[in-house]
Amino acid sequence: MAQIKELERIVKQVRRDIVRMVHANNSGHPGGSLGCAEFLVALYFETMKHTTTFSMDGKGEDLFFLSNGHISPVLYSVLARSGYFKVSELATFRKINSRLQGHPTTHEGLPGIRIASGSLGQGMSVAIGAAETKKLNGDDRIVYSLHGDGELQEGQIWEAAMYASAKKIDNLICTVDLNGQQIDGSTKDVLDMGNLETKFKAFGFDVIVEKSGNKMDKVVEALAKAKAKTGKGMPICLLLHTEMGNGVDYMMGSHKWHGVAPNDTELKEALAQNEETLGDY
Amino acid sequence: MKKYTYTEMKDTRSGFGAGLLEAAKKNNDIVGLCADLTGSLKMNAFENEFPERFFQVGISEANMMSMAAGMTIGGKIPFTGTFANFSTSRVYDQIRQSIAYSNKNVKICASHAGLTLGEDGATHQVLEDIGMMKMLPGMVVINPCDYNQTKAATLAIAEYKGPVYLRFGRPKMPVFTPENQNFKIGEAVMLNEGTDVTILATGHLVWEAIEAGHILAEQGIHAEIINIHTIKPLDANAIVKSVNKTGCVVTAEEHQMNGGLGDSVAQLLALTKPTPLEMVAVNDSFGESGVPAQLMEKYGLTRKEIVSSTLKVLKRK
Repeated sequence: MAQIKELERIVKQVRRDIVRMVHANNSGHPGGSLGCAEFLVALYFETMKHTTTFSMDGKGEDLFFLSNGHISPVLYSVLARSGYFKVSELATFRKINSRLQGHPTTHEGLPGIRIASGSLGQGMSVAIGAAETKKLNGDDRIVYSLHGDGELQEGQIWEAAMYASAKKIDNLICTVDLNGQQIDGSTKDVLDMGNLETKFKAFGFDVIVEKSGNKMDKVVEALAKAKAKTGKGMPICLLLHTEMGNGVDYMMGSHKWHGVAPNDTELKEALAQNEETLGDY
Repeated sequence: MKKYTYTEMKDTRSGFGAGLLEAAKKNNDIVGLCADLTGSLKMNAFENEFPERFFQVGISEANMMSMAAGMTIGGKIPFTGTFANFSTSRVYDQIRQSIAYSNKNVKICASHAGLTLGEDGATHQVLEDIGMMKMLPGMVVINPCDYNQTKAATLAIAEYKGPVYLRFGRPKMPVFTPENQNFKIGEAVMLNEGTDVTILATGHLVWEAIEAGHILAEQGIHAEIINIHTIKPLDANAIVKSVNKTGCVVTAEEHQMNGGLGDSVAQLLALTKPTPLEMVAVNDSFGESGVPAQLMEKYGLTRKEIVSSTLKVLKRK
């Protein structure tokens, strides 16, 4: 499993990037970002076929859309570590005149970003649009999207889900980051969404549930399973159980670190728990 | 006063339908999306000719707008079709984030705008759409006046790269602009040269402005009448040039006074050349059910108000 080990090393560095970026601004969303580190590293370093010579159209490439744009730190780190732009640019996150806006956008021309996101619920529709275009273009690559679980409270998600199954968008893998937390508390307390596996199945998705979304081997395996299900007439949903704040003990499992930055002492603690593997930016 | 004649009455939405079909024949990348209003939007001909490029999304306009944004990734040119209120107020956030801010090459094509939608009433008669759309950075806003111009505008926006809001309507209107005209986005069309007042009209009110011009001519008033089919970008040069000559302005549109063409003209003139201005528009009110002509009369959007506003503004010179 040398390859998994290598991916795990990247994850460590991504976690350092996330907490350092958020700390440097005293703003940003560390909790969800940390929880999705394994998923995004697996996607960009293992699962997807993509090139860092960025083109908006991405013909012949797999595409990824981040629907829950607030976890931009993890996406920026993974894009930079993949080679889309220099890692030194991570230092500009959320600062004036930066391409690394608080929420991802195409507006400043950051390579790797194909749509603005932040206002929740739009990314599945965008991904479906891109998937339809791939079909029209005879492009057999896959479109991936990531959604927060709280985000599923937006009605547009279910409009999109209905369309995806009715129109057999089978080159689409929608992953839901099931960390059970949102700003005001647990998703159960804020607005219980019930059984999401049943719901997505009822909406016509081929559903995969992965309980260990912070275990790299499991994530890679789940993505491979999802990929194998493409092209069979159904959209695919990967329900990925993760832990908000994973990798930083005092942030784990609590909604309190959804949108709060660590202070100097907390940063030190977080960095001590995640060794510098690829060199800090 | 220059005479404009017409031999037939046609709806502007049919101009859109014909334009879409023609544009799609020229460019394989054009795709159409519709939210359960294919017949109303006159998209059937496109659907029949290019079924694989037509996307029926059902009654889910939010999904349609964001999907259209996604479809541009890979080079498609999506034309979305639904009523004007469902094309704007219902999906403002989707347009703002996924289309305007993301600068996607989506053409938002909106029918049944304004009071002339008629009997369905105020829920469907959007009178705020121009305002909403023109406020979005980078959004082009077009409101053509008849069938021929709507067709030409549809062909023109297919060639333009960037987000566009194309507004048209339901009723049959005189077809008086030339067939196969060369539509230039952002370029006002001079309909009648005059010296006493500048009348700037858009959409269905352009024909009313011409009729008002005849009535004014009988009274010895020479109106300069300009068709502002593009509200954004506004043809500032044409407007200021005309106002320099006439010294007063009347605007006319099937829209709220707040946020409409008159509001854009007032802003332009206040910043460049303060000029007496009267606006023929809906004054902070919702519409209601009725026959289009009755509604236009009740809400003061006819040649009669263009004439009375002209007489009023002339006194303010």
